[in-house]
Amino acid sequence: MIQHRVLAFAAAAEIFGGSSCAVALPAGATVADLRQRLLEDHPALGELVTFAIARNELYALPEEVLEPGDELVVIPPVSGG
Amino acid sequence: MEDILLSADPLSIDACYAAVQDPSCGGICLFVGTIRNQNKGAVVTHLEFSSYDAMALREMRRIAEAAREMHGLHAVSVHHRTGALAIGDVAVIIAVSSVHRAAAFAGCAWVIDELKKSVPIWKKEFLEDGSYWVGARP
Repeated sequence: MIQHRVLAFAAAAEIFGGSSCAVALPAGATVADLRQRLLEDHPALGELVTFAIARNELYALPEEVLEPGDELVVIPPVSGG
Repeated sequence: MEDILLSADPLSIDACYAAVQDPSCGGICLFVGTIRNQNKGAVVTHLEFSSYDAMALREMRRIAEAAREMHGLHAVSVHHRTGALAIGDVAVIIAVSSVHRAAAFAGCAWVIDELKKSVPIWKKEFLEDGSYWVGARP
């Protein structure tokens, strides 16, 4: 298993109850796997209009494989401007 | 040329204008986004921005570069505020320059539309009876 630290901002940080959470996933797990685990651990994420996952400061595709040390961030609907 | 800024201090329209003006350009278009006092019929008292700074800067630069390419712009400036803002404060400034005005109008509109879609910045509106993250929930 690989321990990942997942950061969160705004509405996602309120759901996490803090600015990050820890997630353990098998080696080879993808962004889609992370998304599913986050929804299991924090069902309130499902109340958001949508959320994306950023990996190393870029929007990640579901099939991307997570690497140890990745910067992973939950991105709730953005509202800048 | 792209000029990108995320700042906790008040933004400067003059700075954005200066960043894009050039003798080769016949048009400069500026968009200034400000904090309004109501949203969907509710009175807004103030607002706070949260931002994932490193990725926000990266996305702002990507959008500015794409706008230059797509619309043939000479330069693009994108400045966004962070932190607590009051009614009337400037939240965002987009400035673009081009040889002719049509590209400047179109490019400026495109940049602010894209910024609102993808830059990881979040707006928390404070009403008289509570607060909420704009657009987060249905």
